[in-house]
Amino acid sequence: MDYAGVSFEDRMATVEFHVGERAHITVDPQVCRSCTTKDCVHACPAGLFVPTTDGGILFNYEQCFECGTCYQVCNSQGAITWTYPDGGEGVVYRHG
Amino acid sequence: MPDQPTAVDAVVVGAGPAGSAAALELARAGRRVVLLERGPFPGAKNVYGGVVYGRVLDEVLPRWWEEVPVQRWVTRRATMLMTPTQALTVDFRATAWGSPPYNGMTTYRAEFDSWLAGKAVEAGARLITSTVATGLLRDGAGRVVGVRTDRPGGDIAAHVVIACDGVNSFLAKEAGLVPRTSPGHTTLGVKETLALPREVIDERFGLTGRQGLDLEMLGCTMGIPGGGFLYTSLDTVSVGVVVSLTGLAQAKHRPEELVAELKAHPAIAPYLRGAELKEYSAHLIPEGGYRAIPKLAIDGMLVAGDAAAMCLVAGLWLEGVNFAIGAGLAAGQTAADAIAVGDTSARGLAGYRRRLDACFVLADHKRLRNAADVMVSDRMLRQYPGFACDIAEQLFTVINPHPKPHLSTELLRAARRNKVRWHALARDGWQAFRAFS
Repeated sequence: MDYAGVSFEDRMATVEFHVGERAHITVDPQVCRSCTTKDCVHACPAGLFVPTTDGGILFNYEQCFECGTCYQVCNSQGAITWTYPDGGEGVVYRHG
Repeated sequence: MPDQPTAVDAVVVGAGPAGSAAALELARAGRRVVLLERGPFPGAKNVYGGVVYGRVLDEVLPRWWEEVPVQRWVTRRATMLMTPTQALTVDFRATAWGSPPYNGMTTYRAEFDSWLAGKAVEAGARLITSTVATGLLRDGAGRVVGVRTDRPGGDIAAHVVIACDGVNSFLAKEAGLVPRTSPGHTTLGVKETLALPREVIDERFGLTGRQGLDLEMLGCTMGIPGGGFLYTSLDTVSVGVVVSLTGLAQAKHRPEELVAELKAHPAIAPYLRGAELKEYSAHLIPEGGYRAIPKLAIDGMLVAGDAAAMCLVAGLWLEGVNFAIGAGLAAGQTAADAIAVGDTSARGLAGYRRRLDACFVLADHKRLRNAADVMVSDRMLRQYPGFACDIAEQLFTVINPHPKPHLSTELLRAARRNKVRWHALARDGWQAFRAFS
């Protein structure tokens, strides 16, 4: 969503990512279809999780902050598997 | 001949403040120590809520302030209670905080963490960046004897592993020291770093030279348990919120929406006019406090910093980097001693806990163990900021030709409007007094 005139894409474009080839997040769509809250969709600060019409979850890992919010708020054990990206890859904060 | 893993005395996982402090002490004790960092440089993965208190470094790096990569020295510390249309601020300034040995500083973690890791390297530690510790190596008896990394042939054998791998610590989880998830004890910090010319920051916040502001806010998180922060760097202002993960999930507000609301507040917006977004960032904070701090030593392994939930979140005090450094130093000293006498079992490493109990790290946590509960109670969040603001507004609104109302009348009116119950207020006041005394 856009806030204060900054589009979400522009917001994310301020962050440096060294995108690795391996997805460090995996999501089990079967589990997500039975999830009624979809907390990851709202809480992920990078907005990586998008609900699909069939009740599943679409996600991307490329612009992940590696904060861990998604697996912490996920109410279904095992729906989100989350590891660190490979060494040297992922987010690089300059002003953290 | 099979590949033998690299063998060192100690491997420290994570070159944040805890890890670099631990590696520094080990290297100074003459031990072979490897400091692993998964980012391309120390600090690349780190975000904080604004202030490093450096006095913990006095003994290990005398006159640290002459070389630390500081942005500004915090000489103005303000706390703001807010409603959507009001703000009541306690604004404290101390010139003493602007000269050695200083108090708090603002700094970028990319610079501060790299500097501290550099100190460990100068002392003889070997820093290996862009490398993830993917798991623990154990011997037949189950004791930790090193780490596996994501480098080919990258196993590292060590007498002691010090896990300083942050709030998500997979090593502490693998060792069974902390639960896989703890959303009730974890908060999310989201931050915007905004560019403004240095003179503009000086003028808007009433600062000169290297003076800086640290502003903490309550009542600005759309009813979600948490708070806001704003602090100044040389030519940027960082503003953001810290909110309960469970509260955020229930409220269904987007994190960036909370920051946008705070930035648009009438008491904040004028400070940020014309500022340009330079970086958006987010990080989790372990806020469980004393009761969430896990077992700190097992056979062959210690845990320090955010990995051991050592952030102090106690209302008036919000500190983490200094606690990580304090714990890292104690872990490094303990590991060096244990290696020297050849006993790195849990018993041989038990001195770590004693060191932490004897210094501010666990002394402060223990003393303030109830403070977090008081400060993030629903009343503290939803009622008291409005109560305080309404009292101020009523007292300072001149309603001539009517005479000034009596204070007691105004207190009752403000209490009624904000649904404050006197016995609850008295109880909270007493509990806060006890929690902080």
